[in-house]
This record gives sequence, structure tokens and C-alpha cells, in this order.
Amino acid sequence: MENRPLEYDYTIAKMFMLTTIAFGIVGMLIGVILAFQLAFPGLNLMLGDGLAEYTNFSRLRPLHTDAVIFGFTLSGVFATWYYVGQRVLKVSMAESKLLMTLGKLHFWLYLAVVVAVIVSLFAGVTTSKEYAEFEWPIDIAVVVVWVLFGMGIFGLIGIRREKSLYISVWYYIATFLGIAMLYLFNNMEIPTFFATSPSGESGIGAWYHSVSMYAGTNDALVQWWYGHNAVAFGFTVPIVAMIYYFLPKESGQAIYSYKLSLLSFWGLMFVYLWAGGHHLLYSTVPDWMQTMGSIFSVILILPSWGSAINMLLTMKGEWQQVAASPLIKFMVLGSTFYMFSTLEGPIQAIKSVNAIAHFTDWIVGHVHDGVLGWVGFMIMAALYHMAPRVFKREIYSKSLMAAQFWIQTLGVVLYFTSMWIAGITQGMMWRAHDEFGNLAYSFIDTVTVLHPYYAIRGVGGLLYLVGFLMFAYNIYKTMSSRPVEERELQNASPMGA
Amino acid sequence: MGIAELQAYGYFVLTFFLVVALYGYIYHLYTKKRDASGVDYESYSNMALKDDIDDTPVSALSDEKVPVEGKKK
Repeated sequence: MENRPLEYDYTIAKMFMLTTIAFGIVGMLIGVILAFQLAFPGLNLMLGDGLAEYTNFSRLRPLHTDAVIFGFTLSGVFATWYYVGQRVLKVSMAESKLLMTLGKLHFWLYLAVVVAVIVSLFAGVTTSKEYAEFEWPIDIAVVVVWVLFGMGIFGLIGIRREKSLYISVWYYIATFLGIAMLYLFNNMEIPTFFATSPSGESGIGAWYHSVSMYAGTNDALVQWWYGHNAVAFGFTVPIVAMIYYFLPKESGQAIYSYKLSLLSFWGLMFVYLWAGGHHLLYSTVPDWMQTMGSIFSVILILPSWGSAINMLLTMKGEWQQVAASPLIKFMVLGSTFYMFSTLEGPIQAIKSVNAIAHFTDWIVGHVHDGVLGWVGFMIMAALYHMAPRVFKREIYSKSLMAAQFWIQTLGVVLYFTSMWIAGITQGMMWRAHDEFGNLAYSFIDTVTVLHPYYAIRGVGGLLYLVGFLMFAYNIYKTMSSRPVEERELQNASPMGA
Repeated sequence: MGIAELQAYGYFVLTFFLVVALYGYIYHLYTKKRDASGVDYESYSNMALKDDIDDTPVSALSDEKVPVEGKKK
């Protein structure tokens, strides 16, 4: 034991890599089913009338969103943290029994919570708050999982050898703090068990049910402060952490401007938290708050593009790597989609544009060019980079990876273009009226017109799922692929034919 | 002075403070390198590029925390 060389320990990272893939498949599969249900409503009954309760759109929808946010994305965040954290702090998990135990506890408890979420949502047990559907017993377990994650982060930082914290570590810390604050405040709830009805009746409803501590407009405000910042601290901040590590590492290029990365970090932290009000434009929240949501959303372009441009410029003079390596392709396209959706979002948050976009499919399109093109691509790229290093084998197939890239890119393009057209069509039709103010169309008119675009969206989603299955297969085969000779791999990941 | 007016002044002061802080930070980043004890932030990129466990840290936390000889690869 004494003479064994010190190595990074990827035990926990590997465990979370597996859940990233498993929950990715589940979440995306449900997403594809939902997309086809919207195009072909008969699919709501695909397993027959008896099981319709479990297969209808409204029961499956929170399972899709929660599986991809809290299953796929969070697993990816955890997997990369337990990989990147050790490396940039130059300290191994093997050096601390405590951190290793906490890490394992983190994983198993997380898995238990995910199972509880899946079972309860399938059973229809929900608080009905979007992206915060879990009832209070699960919320408490989520907090414990999150505290374990935090202890892992700060514990590793506490025993580090590198004095300064690499930019990615700042982003991981922000993910931890941001989500902790958001989750606690949005899930303040009172179990119905403690309620008393006007007639003096107590112990109302099931023991696990609860109602939000906030009412009406206040609840909406807190909900969208949470909802939008779940995008910030779940889909943006930790993914930026990933690209700041994996793109320089895979390409062998130093970050174009480290100073810009620091500046963008603080810019993002200051601005993002104020932008959530744009979800409530034209609603009953105070007008100044809506304006503030719009303005901060537009300002948000600056720090977002600061990071994205910094990544693209990191490839300066090395663009041949984009052509040569499918792994770099994933990251460069991911960063491009990040620029694209962080421009699209602010445009939608402008009040006059929002008058058309609000409640339409354009919003759905925006979310998906962000999560499919940016979050999904970056997490898959991170896992592709990690796989040869944690399994000490070359990536099973480069050509499979390249094919996957093009299939998924086509899928994303079909998805967001169809939703753009559908959304804007929908927005225009809802507003159209004659000279007397009578609406020109009824709701079902829009449904008829949108049908082909819904079918195209389903195909786009299906292509992305097919690509994801290719990814899962490639990683699975990598685990038994040709061993890598080098002790520590530098830069470009080794790939088989 | 009503609460709304106070909030407006507070909001302005906070925004002004944040703008000054942000520009101050940019100034700090770009000038710190010039002093003798200054830091070249660009060298921090090496924390990712040279991240093997036996690579020399960009700035080591302390001497005794460097891996002990014999435990090193």
C-alpha cells in the first residue's frame, strides 16, 4: 500500500456516468413518446384504456422534464465533478476515506430519491409546481443529497494542493449554492395534515401532501424565480464548468482568455437571478418587475456570450481539430448552440416579441435547442472524454461517434425549426381578429395547422434518441475495448475505427 | 419619503455599486500582473492542461502538501 503510486480515484465518477446514460435514455424516450402523443393523440391510450392513467400526456410530462433535468443532467454534473474536481485541485478521492464514503452515500441516496420520484410521479402524486413536483418527504431527501454533494465539493477543496481554484470549480460551487437557495425557497410548503377546515375538520388529505407556503401571485413569482434559475444553475452554470475544462483539455489549447472567463462568471452571477420575471410578462405581477425581467434577460447576453466566444476563440488556429475529431465537434457545436439559445431567450423576453411567443411552441423550441444542442451535447462530450481515462480503454468507435453527431444535429435542427414555425403560426393565429375585434380563428383551427410541425418535431426527437442510444452503445463497448498503453492520457482521446 | 421612493434610491445605489465593482474587477485583473507579487491569471489555464496528480501545481498551497516521495508515481 505504501509504495503504490497515488492515482485519481474515479469510482464515484463511474457510478454517476452510468446513471447519466440510464436516465438520459428514460427521459428522452418519454420525451419522444410525448412528442408523438401531441401529433397523434390516440397514443395517449397506447397500452389500452386500463393503463391510460399511466400513459397519458399529463402523467408523463413531469416524468420527462424531471428525468432529463434531475436524472440525466444532474448525474452528468455529479459525474464530471467527481472527475474534474480531483484533477484541477490535484488531489485524489483515494486520499480521504471520509470523502469517498460521503461520495458513495451521495450516489446511493441520489439513486433512492430518483426511484422515489419515478414511482410517485407515475402514481400521480405531485405538488403540481413545475419542475418542483416532489412532495415534502422527497424534498427533505433531496436536501440531504445536496448537502452530501456540497460536503464533497468543499471537502475536496479543503485538502487540495492547488492554491487557486480553476474556473470550472467556481462554476461547480455556484451550481451548488444556487440550487440550494432556489430549491429551499421554492419548496417551502405546509403539509395538509396540519390544516384545519372551516368546519373544524383536521388531518385533511394524505400525510405526504402539502401546499405551497406562498399564495397566488407570490407563488407564481417564487415559482418562476426558481424555474428560470433552475435553467441557470442546472443547464448553464455547471455545463459552462464542463466546457471550460473539457474543451481546453481535449484540444490541448489554453483558454483563450482566462480573465474573460472570470469576468463572465461574475457577470452571470449578478445578472441571471433577476431575469426570471420574463416568464410572467402580461400576468398579474407588478409591471416594474416584468420590465426588470425583460431588461436583465437582454443584459444576460453579455456574460453568456463572454463564455461562449471564449470557448470558440480557444480553438483559434486549431480549427482542423474540429474536422478531425468528432469529440471536438460536439463541444464546438454545443458552444455554438449556447450562443444561439442565449440570444434567442432575450429576444423572447422582449415584451412585444413575448406578446406573440408567450404560451406557444416557440418557447418549447427555445428550451430544446438549449438542452439538446448545448446541455446534451456537452454532457455526452464530457463522458466521451472521461471514458478512456476512467476505463483505461480507447473509445470503441470514432465513426459511430461521427454518425451519432450528424444524426443528432439533424434531430436538433428539425426540432427547433418546426417549433419556431409552429410557435409563431400559433401566436399569430391566436391574435388575429377582424375589424370588429372578433377572433379570426378558434383554438382547433391552430391545432389542425400545427399537426405537420408536431410530427416533424417527433421525428427530430426520435433522431436525437437514436443518437443517444448510439452513444450509450459506444460507451458500453468502450468498457471492453482495446486497453490504452499510456499511463496518463494527454489531450486528444484515443478512438478506435 | 415613502417606501417606494426608498426602494428606488436603494435600487439605484445597488446598481451603481455593482457597475463600479465590475469595472474595478476588470481593472484589477488587468493591472495585477504588473506588480512584483502580481498574478498572471492566464497561467491559471494550466490548472486544466497540466492536471496529472504528479504535475507541479500552478501555485502550490504549501510545501508539505505536495505528494510525499514514494507515494508519488
